[in-house]
Amino acid sequence: MLLKAFENGADGVMVIGCLEGDCHYVNGNIRARARVERVYNILGQINIGPDRVRMYNLSAGEGAKFAAFANEFVEKIEELGPSPINVSRKAEHQTSLQEVER
Amino acid sequence: MKSGSNLERVLAAGHFSVTAECGPPRGADPNVVLEKAALVKGNVDACNVTDNQTSVVRMSSLAGCMLVKDAGVEPLIQMVVRDRNRIALQSDLLGASALGVRNLLCLSGDHQKFGDDPQAKNVFDIDSMQLIHMTKTMRDEGVFPSGDKLEGAPKFYIGCAVNPFADPYEIRVARLKLKMVAGADFVQTQCIYNMPKFIQYMEDAKKQGLHEKIKILAGVTPLKSAGMAKFMNRMVAGIDIPEDVIKRIADEPKEKQAAKGIEVCIEQIGELKEMEGIAGIHVMAIEWEEKLAEIIGGAGLLPRPVVEQ
Amino acid sequence: MITGTPKPIDEILEMVEPYDNIIVAGCFGCVTVCRVGGDKEVQVLSSTLRLAREARGKKLEIKEVCLERQCDPEYLELMRPYVEDHQAVLSIACGAGIQFLAEKFTITPVLPGINTGFLGVTERQGEWAERCQGCGDCVLHLTGGICPVTRCAKSIFHGPCGGSVSGKCEVSKDVACGWQLILDRLKALDQMENYGKIKPYKGWDSSRDGGPRRIIREDMI
Repeated sequence: MLLKAFENGADGVMVIGCLEGDCHYVNGNIRARARVERVYNILGQINIGPDRVRMYNLSAGEGAKFAAFANEFVEKIEELGPSPINVSRKAEHQTSLQEVER
Repeated sequence: MKSGSNLERVLAAGHFSVTAECGPPRGADPNVVLEKAALVKGNVDACNVTDNQTSVVRMSSLAGCMLVKDAGVEPLIQMVVRDRNRIALQSDLLGASALGVRNLLCLSGDHQKFGDDPQAKNVFDIDSMQLIHMTKTMRDEGVFPSGDKLEGAPKFYIGCAVNPFADPYEIRVARLKLKMVAGADFVQTQCIYNMPKFIQYMEDAKKQGLHEKIKILAGVTPLKSAGMAKFMNRMVAGIDIPEDVIKRIADEPKEKQAAKGIEVCIEQIGELKEMEGIAGIHVMAIEWEEKLAEIIGGAGLLPRPVVEQ
Repeated sequence: MITGTPKPIDEILEMVEPYDNIIVAGCFGCVTVCRVGGDKEVQVLSSTLRLAREARGKKLEIKEVCLERQCDPEYLELMRPYVEDHQAVLSIACGAGIQFLAEKFTITPVLPGINTGFLGVTERQGEWAERCQGCGDCVLHLTGGICPVTRCAKSIFHGPCGGSVSGKCEVSKDVACGWQLILDRLKALDQMENYGKIKPYKGWDSSRDGGPRRIIREDMI
């Protein structure tokens, strides 16, 4: 699912989980972190930039913290620029536009 | 006489026997072996030539044995089952015997992961127990394991190794017994530092009368330094050097540690000489062969007896 | 089950480099149980390959399938209608399945996406360990149910060797000494007399050493 998000054009994906030890589903947040780690490694291996996926732990009531995390993440992604997928798609799009113009 | 080897004759005559070992070189230079053989000569009844010890590639044991023999020392070929299948083992036994080697030590061999070629194929077609059995069959019945007659049976005084310090302790004497039943004539033990444990092992072996059925040669290795002792304890599986032994060496200033090591070794041999059931010693002065005369002489075991055919 | 480990993604990318359109085929058998070649793994591998290829500007179309098994011809036949619409099949089943796929679809290149490993068991979720070497001559009744060929690094029959320390094999602290395990079990079962015999030399001709093997059941043909 995380990988699909990148296939669908995401430049970055934030994963939010409950605070460690506080999960309603006991340890769902811990399992989630392991999976995020895995995606992190895969993205690193294929040079998409592992920092494009990140997991944050919050409780439902921490709205301000969420906003802060979101801003931080968005800044980070803007720094990294569009994902190589999007760069590639844009280049392709431009090539086909040029062909249409001719 | 099973083989007529010098080692067999010395032991049969009731003498306390002495063997040592030569590690062949990591190359094709025969002089390395000849030099070591010269240091061993006159100090032993037979000299082991190791077989790619710790899986580190060296000149073959058989070649080393021929060089040792040329130098006037009786060779003892070591054969591990790690690298050769039963076809090659049988063939090498016939070859070694044809070339006049009369003593054999049958071993499992350290796993290849310790050597130059951890990616090599693991052979272990038969184990060391079965190698002992196979050699005895060929020697005493004059046939191949397949049943065909041999054109000349190989003559070997068959040896095995035991490690009284490996785990589990409970099986160690049982394994010695199995090796004896399989056909081993003599055994060389792993080098001893933990005397109390070795004494216990001998007690358990004597309870089964094993000392009367197989000649037990106790292994000793002189320590060059406290550092060497600590290294061996950590890195070599099955070595057991108690703290008080290391301390005796460590308490000496660095330049005196080697001499202390030799002193301790001579003491050890003295103790082993007095132990019931010990038929001799196997001195493994690895890369320290020049000290053999001092150690064996210091223990009062020179000159070596000459026993006629 | 038969276990395996995924091939490094770079190796797979190199294998599929010449193609634009492939099938990624998983298997619901062993490789699903050891989480290397099942439905989920097909999806993750396919996404990964598509992302990697698109990032380089060379798209890869993938048809994702997961078969019941790749070692039975009936299930492979289900692929026949669409196999030739694709340039290659990347299979993450075990080596047997991958080869069978290649045999059935001879004009389509079949690529291995995993390195097939050993016959093993799930010691716990996420950890699989080797148990059987398929030697063809089972002696488990004599060794308390623990295999000396597989569990002993030297496959010896009268162990343990002199390198066994505290129940661990000289090969690694993480590997149990197979013979320690056997002895413990024989003691617990009161079968120590099974140890005190010289065993006949192992016949390796019933294993792969005798040549590639085949079983024929006349009554089933």
